[in-house]
Amino acid sequence: MKFTPPAVALPFAAAFALAAYAPPAAAQEPIKIGVIGEQSAIAGASLTKAAEMAADDINAHGGVNGRKIQVITYDDHSSATDAVRAFQRAVNQDKVVAVIGSYISEVALAIEPWSARLHMPFITPGAASNDISKHVHDDYDHFKYTFHGWLNSAFIAQSICDYSKDILVGPFGMKTAVVMSEDAAWTTPLDARYLECLPTAGLKVLDHIRFNPDTTDFTPIYNQIEAKHPDVIITGISHVGVQPTVQWHDQQVPIPLAGQSSQATTSTFWKDTNGATEGVITATAASPGVALTDSTVPFTDAYTKRYGDSPAYCGYSSYDMVHIIAEAIQRAGGSTDPDKLVTALEQTDHVGTVGREQFYGRNDQFTHGLKYGPGLVTGVAIQWQNGKQMTVWPADKANGKVTFPSFVKLPKQASAQ
Amino acid sequence: MLTLQILIDGFAISSLYGLAAVGFTLIFGVSGVLNLSHGGIMVVAALVGWATAAEYGFGSYLGAAVGVLAGLGLALVTYFVVVRQIQNSRAIPKEETEIFVLTGTLLWGIMIQEGMAYLFSDNPITMRPLIAGVVNIFGVRTPANEILIAVLCWVVIGLLWLLVNRTGAGKALLAASMNPRGLSLLGFELSRIYLLVWVIYGVLAGVAGVLLATFLGVSSANAGQLTASAFSIVVLGGLGSVSGSLVAAYLVGYLETVTAYLIAPTLRPIPALVLLVLAVYVRPQGLLGRR
Repeated sequence: MKFTPPAVALPFAAAFALAAYAPPAAAQEPIKIGVIGEQSAIAGASLTKAAEMAADDINAHGGVNGRKIQVITYDDHSSATDAVRAFQRAVNQDKVVAVIGSYISEVALAIEPWSARLHMPFITPGAASNDISKHVHDDYDHFKYTFHGWLNSAFIAQSICDYSKDILVGPFGMKTAVVMSEDAAWTTPLDARYLECLPTAGLKVLDHIRFNPDTTDFTPIYNQIEAKHPDVIITGISHVGVQPTVQWHDQQVPIPLAGQSSQATTSTFWKDTNGATEGVITATAASPGVALTDSTVPFTDAYTKRYGDSPAYCGYSSYDMVHIIAEAIQRAGGSTDPDKLVTALEQTDHVGTVGREQFYGRNDQFTHGLKYGPGLVTGVAIQWQNGKQMTVWPADKANGKVTFPSFVKLPKQASAQ
Repeated sequence: MLTLQILIDGFAISSLYGLAAVGFTLIFGVSGVLNLSHGGIMVVAALVGWATAAEYGFGSYLGAAVGVLAGLGLALVTYFVVVRQIQNSRAIPKEETEIFVLTGTLLWGIMIQEGMAYLFSDNPITMRPLIAGVVNIFGVRTPANEILIAVLCWVVIGLLWLLVNRTGAGKALLAASMNPRGLSLLGFELSRIYLLVWVIYGVLAGVAGVLLATFLGVSSANAGQLTASAFSIVVLGGLGSVSGSLVAAYLVGYLETVTAYLIAPTLRPIPALVLLVLAVYVRPQGLLGRR
């Protein structure tokens, strides 16, 4: 007997067949996100690994409207030329819908105009220069495709001034500081804000030293600083880290190191410095074991389990940014059209691993920059103690008290905090 | 006080420069080879030493020993795989051998650097000091390790002096630098002398690399700069002249230190490079050069 479907069922069957047939082609097509980072640098590797983890997490929960996220990584060797080439390749060849890239301001600033020209949403999860968001603010229609997924230098400096007041000036009676920063795009606005906000925080700035990131011998710099007798050295270092820290320790420079030392935010820094980082304080995104939000600890644990080390600061933000892009695509109704995606990204209100993440609007000073402040993202201050990163600020998240190695001379011992 | 500080700091770094440059100049003097993978070999010694000591937990001394061995091993690989192949090649005209060796070692150095960046990343590493603590020298807080480095450098240089001047092999080596043809006429196997000089070079570069790792720290990205500084010191001192290299090492080391302390740390390498350019103009054979 021949099977004939009832006539009435035909339109349904056809509709069903269409519904089942057409969308799967789109559903199977993954959403591609390009991720650019230097693989041989701890921070760069952390950035791409965290993005891959985020994609896996999203895919495990069904993807975005049924489509999977596919992360394509590129190694830029932290070179602006290589990064731009990777960006072009991601857009033209690999057809990504957005790019997350670099923790180096010079590199991010080189990609930014290409993001504008190629109309490709671009988020940097780790660069800090204020110019990134300033460009968006000054020429919005052109540069609106760029977002700044980590605190900019001004906010990093503000965060450091805030913690200096709470954990250095208050308990230890510190009154003076010398600013010591590497000469790089991100430290120009950082230092400018340091010079404004450190005095407000109670630290008079006695000297301001900028040094070449190629410096290998820091003895003359420490010598110059010691001659001014400051109570603390406030750093702005990212390209360098191991050498100034080890030499500080080996020469027993009797002045505490605090500020921003990006390499000290990575979990391998203890081993890299043979423990010389004992007592060093730095600002960072989040720290192991401290729940800034509900997702901080699960992410840190899963990352550490998968890769052996805990994430660098830009690993946290890179992880969050993949989620933010996925949510934006969802908000845009599944569209990956660049302009719709930009509009959707502007509506971001995402509780990520480092806090509640929103971007500043078109009329704010730092357009498309990550919002800073209590209840949003403030970062934390950590101090290396016996091989562990202890969180020492803000007070409600702290799991340790500030203490310094014996060779450091303090104005007074810590009063009861 | 500042003068004393400069004297002490400059001495340690200059001694290290000297040690690194002596091997470099020795190879040139004896076999006419300018080894542009020099920095790469120092970096490998440093990184392998560090990995053995810190990553695999064998401690500073064993780490240092393994590092020196790695430097020696790589120097020999450089000789057998790169330099000798080019020297023995029939396809390369004799008068162009030097240029090919120069290019070959340069590319080899880049390969080493990239390989090390892949294996160890380009983040600087520092080995734990061989001795910890600081010594107060007339009010200047000096890391004990810095003193040890200066002493070790001079012990190694002293041993080298003894080897060259007091042993048969050393004398043959010296003779090879003066008149290789005469030496082979006397029945000496030149290739064995070249091998000896590469062994000595490997040990010197290895020791310098390991000591640098305990002093200022080393990253794979430093390879080019280490080659450049050894090269400038050797040119300044007079290509092939060991004592010239030592004098030049102290000249460059102190010039850099004085610049760093009195002018700005950022300008550190500039005056030495200016001096080098001047030397090339005024005295192209270098301070103590023979030709």
